[in-house]
Amino acid sequence: MRINRRRYLTQKVAKILIWMAALSTMGVMALIVLQVLSEGIPVLSPRFFLESPRSMGREGGIFSTIIGTIALTVVAIVVATPLGVGTAIFLGEYTREGRISRVIRFGIGCLAGVPSIIFGLFGFVFFVIYLNMGWSILSGGLALAAMILPTIICTAEEALKAIPYSFREVSYSLGGTKWETVTRAILPNAMPGIFTGIILGVCRSIEETAVVILTAGSSLIIPTSLFSPVRTMSVHFYILAREGISMEMAYGTGAALILLVLFVNIVANWRLNRYIRKRA
Amino acid sequence: MSLRNKVSIKEFSFYYGSIPALKSINLEIRANEIFAIFGPARSGKTTLLKSLNRLTDLTYGTNHNGTIFLEGKDIYDPKVSLTQLRRRVGIVFDLPIPLPMSIYENVAYGPSLGGTTQKKRLDETVEKALRSGVLWEEVKDRLHTSALRLSGGQQQRLCIARILALEPEVLLLDEPCSGLDPISTASIEETLTRLKKEYTIVLVPHNIQQASRVADRAGFFLNGELIEEGTAYQIFTGPKEKQTEDYVTGRFG
Amino acid sequence: MEFKEKFIEKILLLIAFSSISILALIAFFIFGEGLPLIWKIGPKAFLFGERWVPSQGSFGILPMIVGSFWVTFGALLLGIPLGLACAIFLCEWTPPWAGMILRSAIQVLAGIPSVIYGFWGLVVLVPLVRNYLGGPGLSILSGSLILSIMILPTIISISEDSLKALPPSYKAGALALGATHWETIWRVLVPAARSGIVASIILGMGRALGETMAMIMILGNAVKMPSSFLDSARTLTTNIGIEMGYATGDHRQALFATGVILFLIIMFLNALAIVLSRRRVG
Repeated sequence: MRINRRRYLTQKVAKILIWMAALSTMGVMALIVLQVLSEGIPVLSPRFFLESPRSMGREGGIFSTIIGTIALTVVAIVVATPLGVGTAIFLGEYTREGRISRVIRFGIGCLAGVPSIIFGLFGFVFFVIYLNMGWSILSGGLALAAMILPTIICTAEEALKAIPYSFREVSYSLGGTKWETVTRAILPNAMPGIFTGIILGVCRSIEETAVVILTAGSSLIIPTSLFSPVRTMSVHFYILAREGISMEMAYGTGAALILLVLFVNIVANWRLNRYIRKRA
Repeated sequence: MSLRNKVSIKEFSFYYGSIPALKSINLEIRANEIFAIFGPARSGKTTLLKSLNRLTDLTYGTNHNGTIFLEGKDIYDPKVSLTQLRRRVGIVFDLPIPLPMSIYENVAYGPSLGGTTQKKRLDETVEKALRSGVLWEEVKDRLHTSALRLSGGQQQRLCIARILALEPEVLLLDEPCSGLDPISTASIEETLTRLKKEYTIVLVPHNIQQASRVADRAGFFLNGELIEEGTAYQIFTGPKEKQTEDYVTGRFG
Repeated sequence: MEFKEKFIEKILLLIAFSSISILALIAFFIFGEGLPLIWKIGPKAFLFGERWVPSQGSFGILPMIVGSFWVTFGALLLGIPLGLACAIFLCEWTPPWAGMILRSAIQVLAGIPSVIYGFWGLVVLVPLVRNYLGGPGLSILSGSLILSIMILPTIISISEDSLKALPPSYKAGALALGATHWETIWRVLVPAARSGIVASIILGMGRALGETMAMIMILGNAVKMPSSFLDSARTLTTNIGIEMGYATGDHRQALFATGVILFLIIMFLNALAIVLSRRRVG
């Protein structure tokens, strides 16, 4: 009886500790987000979004950095999506488990763990210097594409795996070739999962600083071509905060960043749900 | 005409790895008949059906001996186009598996792969197939709604119509009524009897009553072997082999 | 038709190989830039040298290696118990509403840019540490605290997956033998999922070692051997991040050489995590 009581006491203590851990995780999240938003939202205004930064960002808005963020993200996604989805299709539908697929999976697993600063270094020597693209949207976008590729591959592969085997059997039994089966019976149903991976890639591209600062430069001028250098919102935020240029502007940019990431997530979820509803 | 052999299975054996699923099967299936393949579970019925249009190729690590002829042509000839073969020999599975798209798209799936792209011809094909599958009247007003919203029996008739849209020569049905209520079952059986005029049908019935209701001829399978074949009447009323008799009279299975 | 299918298959093979060839390209270029310098000054002097004065040509990265490990160790010290507790919370004891809140909190945490973590650390944590514990505030302690939050999503999601993947019979069996719920979790479920949990910790460690921008903002970046958690420090990543902007010649090569060491450490951890998570329970 006494032993039992002690066992239940242990259980109670453990339960309390675990609740505390969960609550503090939520609490920290709330602290960070609320702190940045409460200081930053008052700075936000239409002018803040629509004017380009002046005197190093001390005045004006963040327009050119928004353009820079969008441009880099678009390049990264446009390059990484076909590569990533193609790789996932190859792994999921065109090979059996064997040496080739194991080597590819291992390589992708390793790529997923490479720290962003390494992608930055690589992008700098390879795209900026070796391929002579300079600090530009193209260099930055390609380096980001390399960084988000594993994310897109893994989520796409999971999505393909989730499609029942019977769909493949039905498609083949109706005279479909492998490619027809993939494009018509499998991919449309795996779309939501693939889309999730792309959104994760978008968010990572928006957030990334180390890669961008080394490959796309930090110019505040509105870009005119793929070879123009740009500054993204993350880089702008970093420079404002680290060099103490303007705390007010830093908070504003930080708030805009957090809101943008949340916005992308919410819109993605909403579109996704609509897509799923339409097909069900 | 009706006595001509449509499918000839010659000394056909099939293995999953080293485990035999079919042992030296010899069987002739005639044009425009309903041939029932029956027997207890795991006796090789589904494997034989899937061998007839080489869907077994999708499973890794299988091999076979002997061969199967479709209208005198070896279907295991390396030059055979698998997509063509599967269009000529269509299959309906035990559970209805509509693809998650609209009713129309499900039926149009096969023909559009075959290169029928004209909207008008596709419409005609879909309507004809759905009529043959006795589903047209029920779905003609909601062709573009999801096939997943149909009832189980309707889904299975959709799967039959989906195959019919390809106008195959041979129709393979693997316990097509296993998940269905008696009314849907009756309607599918009726459909089959009507289809026999145009197609050769190989059916794995989901019980002996069904086999005796619809089949012209039947073959009894046990542990991968063909024990006995003959007309349905003979097999179900006076089987020659003891094992067949035991199974038909319900002593095992 | 046959030809087209074969062609598509070849294209997909090509795509898959170009995806992994990126890893090879990265290794090739980083090593190509960094290795010559390591040979030039000698691997031993590079790895174990305590002086980093680029203007005088001394490139010893021991303080950065030590700094990286201190910060990472500190982050794991807090991150592992917190992460594991949250994973258990999500799998075992949650009322659904609380699970949903925690899950979205973790999603938001995963979505916060690392520069914002760094900034928050700088304006909130650093003054706290400075006022209550002394020292410059910009310290290993502040860095570890921030990093422990940043690696939480990694640790929680992978641990949670491996706990969820256990067959339900484990839990039923333990409960049927009279174990309390907590004993079931702690003595049966957690040990059974340990390979996945260890993998999550290793991946978290990789993330911590690889974090750059937040650490630049919080650690103070002094190049000296740290002697306490309140000292400021520099890590392998921040060394690259701070100086890459203006480095040339040998100096730049030395930064790539730092990258080589970082790359090797991370690859080793990754391979370990992949091997561990491939091993199935039982």
